[in-house]
Amino acid sequence: MDIFGRLTLDSLPFYSAIAASGAAATVLGALSVMAVITYFGAWRLVLFDWVSSIDHKKIGIMYIMLALVMLMRGFIDAAMMRSQQAIAYNNDGYLPPGHFDQIFSSHGTIMIFFMAMPFLSGLINLITPQQIGSRDVAFPFMNSVSLWLTTAGAGLVLISLVIGKFSTAGWTGYPPYSGAEYNPGVGVDYWLWAVLISGVGSTMSGINFLVTIIKCRAPGMYLFRMPLFTWTVFVTSVLMIFAFPALTVACCMLALDRTLGMHFFTNAMGGNMMNYINLFWLWGHPEVYILVLPAFGVFSEVVAAFSQKRLFGYISLVLATMAIGLLSFTVWLHHFFTMGSSADVNSFFGIMTTIIAVPTGVKVFDWLLTMYRGRIIFKPSMLYTIGFLVTFVIGGLSGVLLAMPPVDYLMHNTTFLIAHFHNMIIPGVLFGYLAGYMFWFPKAFGFKLNEKWGAWSFWCWIIGFYLAFMPLYVLGLMGMPRRMEHYDIAAWQPHLIIAAIGAFIILLGIVCLIVQLAVSIRDRKQALDLTGDPWNGRSLEWATSSPPAPYNFAVLPQVESVDAFWNMKERGVAYERPDHYVEIVLPKNTFIGAFIGGAVFVFGFAMVWYIWWLVILCLAAIVLALIVRASDDQSNITMPASTVQAIEDERFAQLAKAPRNEMGDEPGFVGEPVPEVST
Amino acid sequence: MTSATMTDAPSISSEKYEEKAFGFWIYLMSDAIIFALLFATYVVMLGNTAGGPTGKELFSLERAAGETTLLLLSSTTFGFASVALAASERSRVLLWLVVTLALGAGFLFLEYREFSGMIAQGAGPDRSGFLSSFFTLVGTHGLHVSIGTLCILVMIGQVLVKGLTTPVVSRLARLGLFWHFLDIVWVAIFSVVYLPGLL
Repeated sequence: MDIFGRLTLDSLPFYSAIAASGAAATVLGALSVMAVITYFGAWRLVLFDWVSSIDHKKIGIMYIMLALVMLMRGFIDAAMMRSQQAIAYNNDGYLPPGHFDQIFSSHGTIMIFFMAMPFLSGLINLITPQQIGSRDVAFPFMNSVSLWLTTAGAGLVLISLVIGKFSTAGWTGYPPYSGAEYNPGVGVDYWLWAVLISGVGSTMSGINFLVTIIKCRAPGMYLFRMPLFTWTVFVTSVLMIFAFPALTVACCMLALDRTLGMHFFTNAMGGNMMNYINLFWLWGHPEVYILVLPAFGVFSEVVAAFSQKRLFGYISLVLATMAIGLLSFTVWLHHFFTMGSSADVNSFFGIMTTIIAVPTGVKVFDWLLTMYRGRIIFKPSMLYTIGFLVTFVIGGLSGVLLAMPPVDYLMHNTTFLIAHFHNMIIPGVLFGYLAGYMFWFPKAFGFKLNEKWGAWSFWCWIIGFYLAFMPLYVLGLMGMPRRMEHYDIAAWQPHLIIAAIGAFIILLGIVCLIVQLAVSIRDRKQALDLTGDPWNGRSLEWATSSPPAPYNFAVLPQVESVDAFWNMKERGVAYERPDHYVEIVLPKNTFIGAFIGGAVFVFGFAMVWYIWWLVILCLAAIVLALIVRASDDQSNITMPASTVQAIEDERFAQLAKAPRNEMGDEPGFVGEPVPEVST
Repeated sequence: MTSATMTDAPSISSEKYEEKAFGFWIYLMSDAIIFALLFATYVVMLGNTAGGPTGKELFSLERAAGETTLLLLSSTTFGFASVALAASERSRVLLWLVVTLALGAGFLFLEYREFSGMIAQGAGPDRSGFLSSFFTLVGTHGLHVSIGTLCILVMIGQVLVKGLTTPVVSRLARLGLFWHFLDIVWVAIFSVVYLPGLL
């Protein structure tokens, strides 16, 4: 028995130039990040202010950084697939089949689990506690553990590029192909442990956000006074708590099949692979709404702010969100109509799928009616919102088409499906998160993002999206299956070339995002957000300074209506100071969350390579860390009133210098209500 | 932010503990989904014995009854510990925790005997889909009980070292929830796995 399990030197990717360069890019990327930190002498800052931080705002920022890095990685996969398919007519292209399969598997896995999920958790962490007038999430330490579990999962996907191979079984990992009999290598194990670990992190995030929203609201913040983003987070958290266990169960069973030779999903010995597909989509469909609902929340905030109107149909938006949350558990079977359930079962799920379009339609009309007779300001987040509205409806219509089982039998596993779900997820999720990123960036960092480059990124993304995915609808109707490494039908190639051009334009969109960030950091002095309220906002996150103090609110706000901060500005009490400040209890930084994340990462790696002694060592370390933490009764610190006073004095000195309204010189600005600065 | 001026906060408000209890209930709901799916899988796989032994041939009513007795008793004794906790009687809390710990360990021992016996007679989890689902369902419960016993051990240590402080009491309350939850799951296992398997 080898002490390194099945890990040998042959696992390094010297067998292929493309794989080796991917590995080199990963290693060099990690090294250059470390070099930059060393160059700026910032290790202390990184470790003690960020890695050990359990401040929800910093955790949110770290989540979003992870998401943006993984967006790059996931996009490189996409670009490789599109370029392969563009040239692989009657030839092998430049990617061998095994490598191509790894790429589409990692693209899907990364985009769902390590781009969308961290982006979502990041935005929620950053904004939700502030929107409900809270000082932190309910469980700050568990929040840190969730972050580092997600990071550990992402780390496993990244390291699979350097040591060993990634799964070739697609992001859904269907057995029996993903079972040990047909896939004995480490690829599926990398996928399994990455997904399992981050999934557990997401379950904990869901619990954390739900308890935060139910238990930590400011006085007067009744449920039906909560901003719509918070409402969508509420429903998303419920979905996370109830859907993620299904993923955990499905993945654990597959892992037991693979490592202990069990027969949950094997071909023989009483296995039932259809059970996996049911369990997977029992999570997988709610997951779609886990991703999309908070994006709907972002759109609701953005559309109201930049139409300069109160959100139309608040109650109907809340009810539609809840209806979507409920219905999302009743449609999972539409992912496998062709599995061969009876006509009655298929029709039930077909009808439910069509019905879920109704509350979504309600939302679209609410957003349109918010814009109707509004004074629209075309900030980049608003552009993304309008682009979403148009594009998402097209994707929704193709979804209703696919919801009909007979049609689905024709379209199943074709690129029509690929076009459909990208048509939902790119505008419905990514545009939403990017809109949120640009909308709330000043809140996180105290300066605004460059709007010209933001607008450019939008136009590249939307034009690139249409060019990349509309041809896939056509190709699907022409009968092209998904995941083709090469093909021999000449009529497909022109469409695939157009799709590749679309991917290239999306690349430009990503470049614009990077340039936007760089330019904005360079020019930050000209775009400072001094009031904390850069967009004339309506909800409580705009009542704090930008970036907010560690405690968010020195005095918890008293909420009297929907659009709490707007209402406070109208009453002239938005910037009132108390007679005296009191001390504030805050959670103390700790490295235990990051330690657990690191141990779980090594644990996952050891499970992949069957290094059993390391597995046991890591488990022991994790248990020990948890016991240490569970025995610590000094996990909080008190910030004395004098420190609070000093921070607030500085904040109000800044406010006094600030223009009375940051949106004041915006063309088309209606100009009311002006924030009252009382010093 | 100057951390030098900060002082350790002596304790957190009672609201904070209420949040933790509520969060723990939510966690239990999420865990219940895991068990629900394991039960569903077990029922689906019931006939998939692949020519191997069925539940009727493998399960023993005496052993299942023994396991049930130990676990139900342990839930009762944890209840006694909670009563002692409410009365702030430290030594009685410790006594009942130790009894609960012993009963939990006894349950785990019986389950270990059951599992190892089945594996020895060639009816391990890799024999058939049915046995995979049996071992996973009952084993997941057993894993929970193991974690629970470890937690009882830790809490005995905390009661000894720290006494019945507010944080310790709140942790014991949540551990109680967890322990009774495992009892409920076991009742379901007994009713879905062992009884129909034997009758």
